Amino acid sequence: MINLVWLVPLLPLIGFVIIGLFGKQLSKGLVGIIGSGSVFGAFAIALGIFFELTGKVEKSFTIDLFNWISAGKLSIPFSFLIDPLSSLFLLIVTGIGFLIHVYSVGYMSHDEGFARFFAYLNLFIFFMLLLVLGSNYLIMFVGWEGVGLCSYLLIGFWFKNTAYNNAAKKAFIMNRIGDLGFLLGIILIFVTFGSIGYHDVFMQAKNLASGNPTLTAITLLLFVGAIGKSAQIPLFTWLPDAMAGPTPVSALIHAATMVTAGIYMIARSNILFTLSPFTMEVVAIIGVCTALFAATIGLAQNDIKKVLAYSTVSQLGFMFLALGVGAYTGAVFHVMTHAFFKALLFLGAGSVIHAMSGEQDIRRMGGLKKHIPVTHATFLIGTLAIAGCFPFSGFFSKDEILAGAFEHNKLFYALGILAALMTTFYMFRLYFLTFRKSFRGTHEQEHHLHESPKSMTIPLIILAALSIVGGFVGIPAALGGTHFLEEFLSPVFEDSSFRIVHHLSHNTEYALMIAATIVMIIGIYIAYNMYIVKETLPAEESEELQPLHNMIYKKYWVDELYENLITKPLNFISDALHKVVDNQLVDGIVNGVGSLVNRTSSVIRLAQTGNIGLYIFVMVISIVLILLTRIM
Amino acid sequence: MITTYLFYFLSFLAIMFALMVVISKNPVHSVLYLVLTFFTIAGHYVLLNAQFLAVVHIIVYAGAIMVLFLFVIMLMNLNKETEPHKTPWLKFSAAIAAGLMLIVLVGSLKGAETIIATNPFNGNIGLIENLGQCLFKDFLLPFEVSSILLLVAMVGAVMLGKKSIK
Amino acid sequence: MSAIQIIPINWYLLLSTVLFTIGVLGVLFRRNAIIIFMSIELMLNAINLLLVAFSSYLSDSKGQVFVFFIMAVAAAEVAVGLAILMMVYRNTKSTDINILNKLKW
Repeated sequence: MINLVWLVPLLPLIGFVIIGLFGKQLSKGLVGIIGSGSVFGAFAIALGIFFELTGKVEKSFTIDLFNWISAGKLSIPFSFLIDPLSSLFLLIVTGIGFLIHVYSVGYMSHDEGFARFFAYLNLFIFFMLLLVLGSNYLIMFVGWEGVGLCSYLLIGFWFKNTAYNNAAKKAFIMNRIGDLGFLLGIILIFVTFGSIGYHDVFMQAKNLASGNPTLTAITLLLFVGAIGKSAQIPLFTWLPDAMAGPTPVSALIHAATMVTAGIYMIARSNILFTLSPFTMEVVAIIGVCTALFAATIGLAQNDIKKVLAYSTVSQLGFMFLALGVGAYTGAVFHVMTHAFFKALLFLGAGSVIHAMSGEQDIRRMGGLKKHIPVTHATFLIGTLAIAGCFPFSGFFSKDEILAGAFEHNKLFYALGILAALMTTFYMFRLYFLTFRKSFRGTHEQEHHLHESPKSMTIPLIILAALSIVGGFVGIPAALGGTHFLEEFLSPVFEDSSFRIVHHLSHNTEYALMIAATIVMIIGIYIAYNMYIVKETLPAEESEELQPLHNMIYKKYWVDELYENLITKPLNFISDALHKVVDNQLVDGIVNGVGSLVNRTSSVIRLAQTGNIGLYIFVMVISIVLILLTRIM
Repeated sequence: MITTYLFYFLSFLAIMFALMVVISKNPVHSVLYLVLTFFTIAGHYVLLNAQFLAVVHIIVYAGAIMVLFLFVIMLMNLNKETEPHKTPWLKFSAAIAAGLMLIVLVGSLKGAETIIATNPFNGNIGLIENLGQCLFKDFLLPFEVSSILLLVAMVGAVMLGKKSIK
Repeated sequence: MSAIQIIPINWYLLLSTVLFTIGVLGVLFRRNAIIIFMSIELMLNAINLLLVAFSSYLSDSKGQVFVFFIMAVAAAEVAVGLAILMMVYRNTKSTDINILNKLKW
């Protein structure tokens, strides 16, 4: 099965080529079958690889496909690396990807860009698999850029809307900032280690001293890349805007897979980061700040997808916190569970939007429980999972992260648990406002309310099931589990793990779990009290808000800050450069050279009299001069 | 001794006839003086033991080329003095330029006499046998190419000389 | 007995230089295209003479063979050149080279 790994990215690529070239001619049903089928094929192979890998002692396989680039001493093979980490990500990408493909068949059925959508989606899966499978940083970078491209294409999927296009551009440009950091990091890796293959780099890095300045620089640059791709402070503002794309895209790219590429990259390079304590500290600080910051913004948003988007940013912050404190397994674990429940929540939100005929404002919803029961049930499961309710999957992964944070630094833990509290609150606020009480929309909308088609509800149910049981692969020892995931991933993190020793006693762990559960109950209670008992509604646009409320409703004016601090000065500078340097200096030189030649030649051409006698005369004189130089 | 005198005599004639070519006002006279110049040059060839070349020279230049010139001049009816002359100032500068050319050429050719002949003297190289050996062994390809050149020139001349086809 | 054994090569050099210069002078001096043509022939012959002189001096027949080629080229040149002149004369009724001054701006 492992030898068939080249099929995994190839199948979606074939799907993309077929749909991309012949999409217009094919029927929608066939497009859906090709699109989903190709991903399902990849998923089946990924599953086979996963099980084959669990049975083997040797945990790392490199499959060389062909020699890709060789120039001088640089030689980059196009090869795939199969190890527990990549096989796990393979499963997440293809599995969630398949479910979302199926969901999209129903969700996008009325869209005229149906085939285009599936082509992009398949291309995305291809690049994401490339990112995950590559055995060196360059292949990862290719995938990294490819998913960025697909993200751009899919955010601006409805390209007739200017705001959506702007959102797509914003996502792309912000990603570019991060990508530059990543690229510089790769170059620095090559300069330092003379190779960019994971194996060579990590072998050499292992022998370096902790805190090596070059290593710190490399990891910081890589982290800049991760910041851009995974929407951390200060490059997070693109992700909420990216909700402009179709909801399945938000679920697949901007929640479950692409944004976790940063976590994958750091987890993959764990040894480099472990040896750079400074970077680890930066990662943890940025992670916890993002978690907290995005959570506060999420408290006051009224767009169902915006809330989920900020929640995603916040959860990604949690994952970076985990990476920063050295709980790599916890981060990967959370990537997995988050992929389940966040995809579920987004797809549920999509189902709600579908039922509401495109309405996204939770102030216009309410009481949807009885109209769309399946969506309601699955959405509730997702909400409980993200809130970290025992025994849903979020509980285990979040607990592991918080335990890691507690061990590392109590302040991180306090901030993390605060963010968790807010997460619980805004998720239940969202749930209560959407599904409970009575309907607040127009009559027309209420009349139109309907449960989504099977192709949409079945993925919801599967994801809900996964959100419930997904945590069981990582039951901590304190609860009598074996933590299958940690064991499975241990070969990947073995170089790091003996440098970061975990030594929490079981009693502490119990205390942390109880604390997390209490915090969750408090969050639910506050939300319940506010939105069910008191029936408060979020303020309408016209109303004056409290200063603090207004601040988080307006997202701390971060976009405006960037606009004034970066965009406007840049525009001013480029405008000035355009007017002065380009229009006057550069164009002046170019035009000046042209007109100089013109004017000179209009004078010199008069020497061409057409008088042959004169020509001969000049020729003779010239011969004389040439021969004179010979004599002299 | 006779050879020396012959050399001086032929040289004098050659230079004089050449000058007459340039100076004479009637083109027909110019042609005739040129033919005479060619005869004196042929005489030099004989002096230099290039007997075959001398004969060819007379046949080709005096016999063919100069007859061609004469034909053309007569066809154009240029035998009387019809040519407009250059201004005296231009003539003067032409003479100056030519004089300069002469001086510079002589100056730049100085030192050619130091070339030392490596082969022993052979008076028979100008004979047709030796020339044929050389021409058809060492210069066979240029010889063949020159035949193409002549063909092309012939076609071109016919082409140009025809009344334009309407 | 050859002249080259008695007369130094310098004299031949001088003679052909003078003939060549007279050719140049003719080109510069006259406006009749046919005379200019003849001056060019004169220059070619000056070179031929020099080639034969050196050929004799060095006892190498290659120089004389070269003269044959120059003769062939000269014949070709004269044929084409005179044809062109005929065309010019037919169109302009003149052989004055100053009439051919269309090669200008």
